[in-house]
Amino acid sequence: MAETAFERPTDRAPTAQPVPFRGGGFAPQGRRWVGPALLILLVLLLELLTARGIITSLTLPQPSEVLAVFEQLWRTGLLWDHLLPSLQRLVVGATLGALAAIVVGVLIGLFSVVRAGLVPLVAAIFPIPKIALLPLFIIWFGIGEGSKYALIALGTFTPTVVATYGGVDNVDRTLIRMGQSFGLSWFSIVWKIVLPGALPTILSGLRVSLAIAIILLVAAEMLGAEYGIGAYILEAGALYDLERLFAGVTILSILGLIVSFLIGRLERLLLAWR
Amino acid sequence: MELEISHVSHAYGPLAVLDDISLEVPDGRIVCVIGPSGCGKSTLLRLLGGLERPDAGEIRQIGAPPAGCLNPLTFIFQHFALLPWRSVAGNVGLVLEDHRLSRAERREIVDDVLARTRLSDFARAYPRQLSGGMRQRVAIARALAVSPAVLLMDEPLSALDSQTRELLLEDLIGLWTRAPFTAVYVTHNLAEAVRLGHRVVVMSRRPGRIREIIEIDRPLSARAVADPAIEAYQRRLWTLLRDEAADADQELIDG
Repeated sequence: MAETAFERPTDRAPTAQPVPFRGGGFAPQGRRWVGPALLILLVLLLELLTARGIITSLTLPQPSEVLAVFEQLWRTGLLWDHLLPSLQRLVVGATLGALAAIVVGVLIGLFSVVRAGLVPLVAAIFPIPKIALLPLFIIWFGIGEGSKYALIALGTFTPTVVATYGGVDNVDRTLIRMGQSFGLSWFSIVWKIVLPGALPTILSGLRVSLAIAIILLVAAEMLGAEYGIGAYILEAGALYDLERLFAGVTILSILGLIVSFLIGRLERLLLAWR
Repeated sequence: MELEISHVSHAYGPLAVLDDISLEVPDGRIVCVIGPSGCGKSTLLRLLGGLERPDAGEIRQIGAPPAGCLNPLTFIFQHFALLPWRSVAGNVGLVLEDHRLSRAERREIVDDVLARTRLSDFARAYPRQLSGGMRQRVAIARALAVSPAVLLMDEPLSALDSQTRELLLEDLIGLWTRAPFTAVYVTHNLAEAVRLGHRVVVMSRRPGRIREIIEIDRPLSARAVADPAIEAYQRRLWTLLRDEAADADQELIDG
């Protein structure tokens, strides 16, 4: 009866075909090679244009010549003579600044009196170009490493403070109430609830702070250092030696990339719970 | 341990939220507090747990907490309040870390409460990996870990879907039947109140006053989902609350 309507005609065997695929696409994915590829393409283009003389070597240096400067720096060991003091200044200065900033930022976040006193002060210090204060630092800390550490530390300090107390402010209050309701000590609440809760914001603040630290590193070295990337760039600039200038600037870029990479690793390590 | 609330009033600035509340929480019983939204029932709970101070009146603990009790007044929160950066076992362990316990003792307590809440297989999972119901179970395990004298539950099932809610309700009934605990259970869900409460306190809208206290003497384990006697209680509660809820609904929040 009704079933007969569904019966196939028996004279012809049905043909079987796979269902055609029409999905896929429209889903953004990480393309790790695009960034480096674009960079290499730009450098190659520049190389081509400068080699042909379309761009004169007075306008932009030829990438292969910059590379030759690098190779020379590497071979003579001059690279390390400049890089190591710079790295030391960066590490010491940024660590001092960031640690002090995290302590002060947490205090601002926790105590209303500290907040009322220090937030306007930090807001007043933030927009001062720290380079302008270098003479002051030289008077206070001497012409040597002290003034450079101080400059980098202060430059790292202000953005990290702002990020830290912002992070503390954003910690879920119900978590703090929970800690209190279970009778956790004040120290436990700060160490186990407030700090981990503020950590994501602190780390993203550090990304900015460390970039600023690199900028200030060069500024500090331009004003009185025999060795250092900044001194190297300054010397090259004074001689209008564009190849060496670009070699120095490239080192700074690479330094920035490394710092950013390290913070990314740190985030993945410390914020795996997200 | 019992709790006694006598003539408690509380206000947030000019806004009176609780007005002359007197109530007893007897040992080994669950007291449910229901009322329209904004009637101050959560405030009452925070006052009970010592997270806020009443403007007037007094809240007393009567009798000593049982031996081995680490935190007499223990909360279970509506939104679980789990630390996302700690595993299930870490979240439970957190509340033991400030007490003088050896590593082995701590481990033993954590294992025990996770087993009681059927979470042993999830000890290493992080909150984000768990469903809402599982997260609230972790919070219940954490509360049990400190062997509380009184559990203060602030709408513990309100953030869950209705099926999960039923499952956790059965869990709570099971936990109480096996080892009776004292609890104050704040909710706006009448069905929860009549299933769990030995005593149901009906509050008026803001400023919260006690309108009526209903005793339900049927044992918790005997209260089934469609039990007519229990449904009669629920209907009675609804007639008490209906007008209050309607009025509360019409109020301006900052009024």
